Amino acid sequence: MMDLNTVCFILFGLLFIGFLVLEGFDYGVGMLLPFLGESDSQRQAIIGTLAPVWEGNEVWLVGAGAVLFAAFPNAYATLFSGLYLALLLILVPLIMRGAAFEFRNKDTSLKWRKLWDCAIFGGSVLPALLWGIAVTNLLGGLPINGEMQFAGVFGDLISIYTLTGGLVFTSLFLLHGVAYLTLKIDQRFVPQVRATGLIIGKYAIALLAGFVILTLVFIGAPIAWGIMLTSVVALILCCRGLLNRRYAFSFVFSTTAIVCLTAGIFAGLFPRLIVSSLNPDWSLTIYNSASNPLALKIMAVTMMIVLPVVIGFEVWKYTIFRQRTIIAEESMESHGKLWEQLQGRLKELTGYADKISAALTKIKTILDNEQRQKALKTKNSGVMKQTQEFKGLLWRGRRLAAIMRKLIGILRP
Amino acid sequence: MDNTILILARIQFAITLLYHFWFVALTLGLSILMALLETQYVRSGNSAYKVMVKFWGKLFLVNYAVGIVTGLVNEFQFGMNWSEYSRFVGSIFGPPLAFEALTAFFVESVAIGVWVYGWDKISRSAHLAVIWLVALSANYSAYWILAANSFMQHPVGHRLESGRVELVDLAALITNPYLFYQYSHTVLSGLVVAGYFVMAVSAYYLLRKEHIDSFRRSFKAGVVCALIATSLVVATGHFYNQYLADVQPMKMAASEALWETATPAPFVVIAVIDGDNRKNTYQLALPAGLSVLAYNSLNAPVQGMNDLQDEYTRQYGPGDYIPAVTVLFWSFRVMVGIGFWLVLLTAVNCWYWRKNEIDAHPALLKAVLWSLPLPYLAITLGWTMAEMGRQPWIVYGLLLTAKGVSKVVPAAYVWVSLSLYLTVYAFIAAAAIYVARKILLAGPDEQSTGDQDR
Repeated sequence: MMDLNTVCFILFGLLFIGFLVLEGFDYGVGMLLPFLGESDSQRQAIIGTLAPVWEGNEVWLVGAGAVLFAAFPNAYATLFSGLYLALLLILVPLIMRGAAFEFRNKDTSLKWRKLWDCAIFGGSVLPALLWGIAVTNLLGGLPINGEMQFAGVFGDLISIYTLTGGLVFTSLFLLHGVAYLTLKIDQRFVPQVRATGLIIGKYAIALLAGFVILTLVFIGAPIAWGIMLTSVVALILCCRGLLNRRYAFSFVFSTTAIVCLTAGIFAGLFPRLIVSSLNPDWSLTIYNSASNPLALKIMAVTMMIVLPVVIGFEVWKYTIFRQRTIIAEESMESHGKLWEQLQGRLKELTGYADKISAALTKIKTILDNEQRQKALKTKNSGVMKQTQEFKGLLWRGRRLAAIMRKLIGILRP
Repeated sequence: MDNTILILARIQFAITLLYHFWFVALTLGLSILMALLETQYVRSGNSAYKVMVKFWGKLFLVNYAVGIVTGLVNEFQFGMNWSEYSRFVGSIFGPPLAFEALTAFFVESVAIGVWVYGWDKISRSAHLAVIWLVALSANYSAYWILAANSFMQHPVGHRLESGRVELVDLAALITNPYLFYQYSHTVLSGLVVAGYFVMAVSAYYLLRKEHIDSFRRSFKAGVVCALIATSLVVATGHFYNQYLADVQPMKMAASEALWETATPAPFVVIAVIDGDNRKNTYQLALPAGLSVLAYNSLNAPVQGMNDLQDEYTRQYGPGDYIPAVTVLFWSFRVMVGIGFWLVLLTAVNCWYWRKNEIDAHPALLKAVLWSLPLPYLAITLGWTMAEMGRQPWIVYGLLLTAKGVSKVVPAAYVWVSLSLYLTVYAFIAAAAIYVARKILLAGPDEQSTGDQDR
């Protein structure tokens, strides 16, 4: 029979893994955005795959944070005050990224969109890297003193091990994002996504394998190591899925890779939450950092009831939005094509002007004939004047069109 | 102990929380109004209602997005700036936060996604159910976060054990009488904000004589909602204050600038407060007014701050237990003033609206338009009073604010985070206003209806 602390630890782990899996492809797609999206409508479609789901995914983080606070307040307090700057560097980009999803498409100006595209990219790459660094730090050890307080500086968070961990999570999220996009984006765009994924895949496998070896060297923890090894296998299967164009298969295994890697880290931690690098006895465990049993019991029962409902709700949402995001037609055209279109329009316009002036000359001749016949000079001189003015206007319009054509010719590369 | 970090952390908390609440208060009330409008649409089948729901939905989403990203900062802030507080209250303060995330936010975020992008993907009645889910989960989430705040104001259901509080009675925690007053007052203030927001935006279009039909409808919804909400918010405020006289007499006395215990106590209308010498240098007072307001009695004694200070010194040891009196006094007065003005303005509007003459009185519409900042100011002052009136306690009677601040975080870090948040928040506010302005200028999209209906 497991004790309450262990149950809460496992449920917290589930929430956190849920967060990494769901927010993982958010981050991945966000990081891919500037590389994959060449035109604005391609970028719009890529963002469109996340638009209905990102808020729900971010709630997993809010949930995991709150559960840590409720069940293990000491760990929450030590971690959040200790990793102050790292968390700040996660939070600020996340704010900008969230705002970007909402604001980007509200204006058509390219500058405006570029700004928010940058926010989405930055708000994906920084959190991805820093979450990776933060999570590996838990296992790698933080300078925690006897009063459960962080006794180091920001630089202590960075070591070869944690940096590799950060890169591993970043590359995993990238691949996860690729797998998600292959399922969600316009069918015509999938080959490009796949090609990018295959390039990322090689590096991701190498990084992950390196990380697993480093874990064996630095940490030991055979169970953790075993679970992590599964994630390497899952990652290889994910890349095979991409190679064979079996995209659902590859998404399942990119998910598995993230789940196994994180579960491995949590297994390596158990029963600790934060390893102290100063003295093993000072580590924060699920016992010395826990709330009182009643609070733990309430949290455990609540999560066991709520989590299945939440997962059901998420499934419902993803079924509603199972369709692919279509890239708008115009987007497939490059800027050069747009210029050509514009020139075509101008030609059309000059053509019209020619036709109108021809028609006017005709009218004029008819009028002249009538004028002679009826010899009503006073009235017709007015008409004549107007006709001439009109012709002058048309001529000026044609001049203008010619000048514009010239200008476009200069602008065109 | 160095005071800088305490001051900076408090400033950061005040700014981030108020900023968050400006956006959240609107979403609390507006979600209900949208749900009502969509109910009208589904019941009548009149697509004009759908146009309106979609229009308000756009403005709602801008607010919701800012609310969600700033909410993340607030949750993390407890651990980052107030880690000792977090250790102290974790087992009591954490569960409501977790319930909020697990039972409300999940539902709300999924429902919002489905609502926005699901117009032509699910049936009309399912879509209606979804917007009601959004409205209910939003207002339900407020219950949990206020349950956490109520514990800070009036601790219940706990015991002190090895230097921290532990949860012993969940039922007591979630039926905290303080929570009852605070929740009703807060949710109603959200409705006031939303009612005035809808009225002001509608007034803008009615003044410009654009989309008149649509915005008459919206104005009606707004004015009815505002009439109910403003009068109830004033009433709950009154009972809230009477309750404060029992559980937080210091907060009540400070907001009334009552230094000496008096039988009966006068109601100070305006005063020049001398905090150093603990007296008012000048005051204009209604005799026995406060006794009537606080205890419904012409001769009930009301404790003054100086007596309370002596009592607390005996109880908790030496220290200054008097909050910032000037701030509280004026916050309270301006908030109450705004409350009464809004009741009056809404009632007049309602009167002319019933006579169907609302378009004929541009001055009235302009008054509504210019009054839009007032509910926002009132919620700001309300929270200022609630939180600053609790000082010097972070958990009333249990933990001093100065003891709750993080031990290992250098003041420089808090400087960095404060300035970063300020920059980003200002930027987001500017972008949000720009986007909202664009949405307002574009107006409701009257052509797009019908064709996407199934």
